[in-house]
Amino acid sequence: MDQLKIADRVAIVGIGETEYTRWGRAAKSEFGLACEAILKAVADAGLTIDQVDGFAGYSADRNDPIAIAAALGIPQVRYASMVWGGGGGGSAAAVGNAAAGIVAGYANYVVAFRALAQGQFGRFGQAGGYSGKGRTAGERIPGGAFTYSSMHGPFSYPFGLMTPAQHLAMYMRRHMHLYGTTSRQMGAVAVAARKHAQYNTRAVMYGRPMTIEDHQNSRLIADPFRLLDCCLETDGAAAVVLTSAERARDLPQRPVYLMGAAQGGPQFGAHNQEHYASGNFREVARDLWAQCGIQPKDVDVAQIYDHFTGHVITSLEDHGFCGLGEGGAFVEGGRIEIGGELPINTSGGNLSEAYVHGFGLAVEGVRQLRGTSTCQVPDAEICLVAGGAASAPVSSFVIRR
Amino acid sequence: MPYFPPGMPLPQPTQDDAGWWEACRRHELTIQRCAGCGAFRHTPRPVCFACRSFEFIWQPVSGRGRIFSYTVAHHPPHPVLRDRVPYTVIVVELPDADNVRLISNLVDDRDAPVEIGQEVEVVWDDLAENISLPLFRRLP
Repeated sequence: MDQLKIADRVAIVGIGETEYTRWGRAAKSEFGLACEAILKAVADAGLTIDQVDGFAGYSADRNDPIAIAAALGIPQVRYASMVWGGGGGGSAAAVGNAAAGIVAGYANYVVAFRALAQGQFGRFGQAGGYSGKGRTAGERIPGGAFTYSSMHGPFSYPFGLMTPAQHLAMYMRRHMHLYGTTSRQMGAVAVAARKHAQYNTRAVMYGRPMTIEDHQNSRLIADPFRLLDCCLETDGAAAVVLTSAERARDLPQRPVYLMGAAQGGPQFGAHNQEHYASGNFREVARDLWAQCGIQPKDVDVAQIYDHFTGHVITSLEDHGFCGLGEGGAFVEGGRIEIGGELPINTSGGNLSEAYVHGFGLAVEGVRQLRGTSTCQVPDAEICLVAGGAASAPVSSFVIRR
Repeated sequence: MPYFPPGMPLPQPTQDDAGWWEACRRHELTIQRCAGCGAFRHTPRPVCFACRSFEFIWQPVSGRGRIFSYTVAHHPPHPVLRDRVPYTVIVVELPDADNVRLISNLVDDRDAPVEIGQEVEVVWDDLAENISLPLFRRLP
């Protein structure tokens, strides 16, 4: 494969986030949240909004670039891209696509973003979340187009298999069967995220510390996942601004350069994927490391998509931080906490900061390399951001300062 | 007697999967199989992933398989299931269809804990006039 020529040619120059609230408590509409996060990211970059000429999104974001341009008075949208697939699998891919648009010369300043107000639309944690509307009793499941939801729908809903938690619980149960992974090991991921959130006043779980015993005592949602294995359900929006490395030099923030970005994943449907006890990142990680020319050991800090604790473990394995099946032991003993060998999810992540389909993790990765995280890894130079596990597509990018 | 209370979402057969649901209605478990190269595939789709042939058959299988993975649902994902938790969702591997996997429920009343690798056989749940679901129970 010809390598994508983005390394060192694109920088993230602005970041923006709305307030994060529990679902249903946002003061603005989802569209208003999107506009707010974009304006904040552009201001952070030292740009004016009319300089923005591109957008990149994922997960069928409802807030389309043309509507945003009209609302914010943007004269020309020269580039807009969407990553298919639900949830956070496309979160890193959106950043990669933004970079591709810049390198190709389609646009100069591209905003990648995600807005999600589950209080105003369907909840991803409930049946029908993928379609954006609640399913009512007795409603018939439409088939037709071979999409993520329909390929699961008629062959999973009638069996009571309706939520991401349940699907991923089955992948993780298999991981436990094959490798002896335990609930306490998954709990270590939740504890690390919650610990990091205690430094972050933006985090929805700020001021609410948690122990491994709290995790073990939380109720079962979909065995083996307990309540504290599952991410938050929140409202909010987050955005980053990308531009060429050349233009980045004239802007006020310390540029954070993209070393590489990869997206994809093999056939994935109705539990027939080859790599079942996996985050589905193996092929993406191979492409990513080849692009970057570095190895996992070169990474100082990582932001790993954490919709469910177990799939942080599989994502770490897939990216090569440890061997397949060794992820459970890897996350124990504080290794992934601040001060450990590989601190992850230093803002609290989807588990304890906010669930904006992983875009808070992208923003936090940039903060780490600017040196402005509330849970700063000293002298962090290289950060991995992984988007969405155990779905397709999944995506990852690596940034450096 | 249906496994779940009335009001669960019902499949609506499409051009691509109607044959599978029709076989289920006859209490015959089938897996879509390429008429060109013989590859099995599930869920139903119009073309073979291996040889790209659009020709296929609905291959009857024995209805015996193994539990590949499972979850016990404790939190109801749908209003109809509010008083119907916990229940067990399984992924069944079908050895006589090249280990294609099927999502279903484990509906036996044995107290023994569910284990990956246990052998199961199909039983039928008549849900609606045109919809029967293949469910599974463990073999003794």
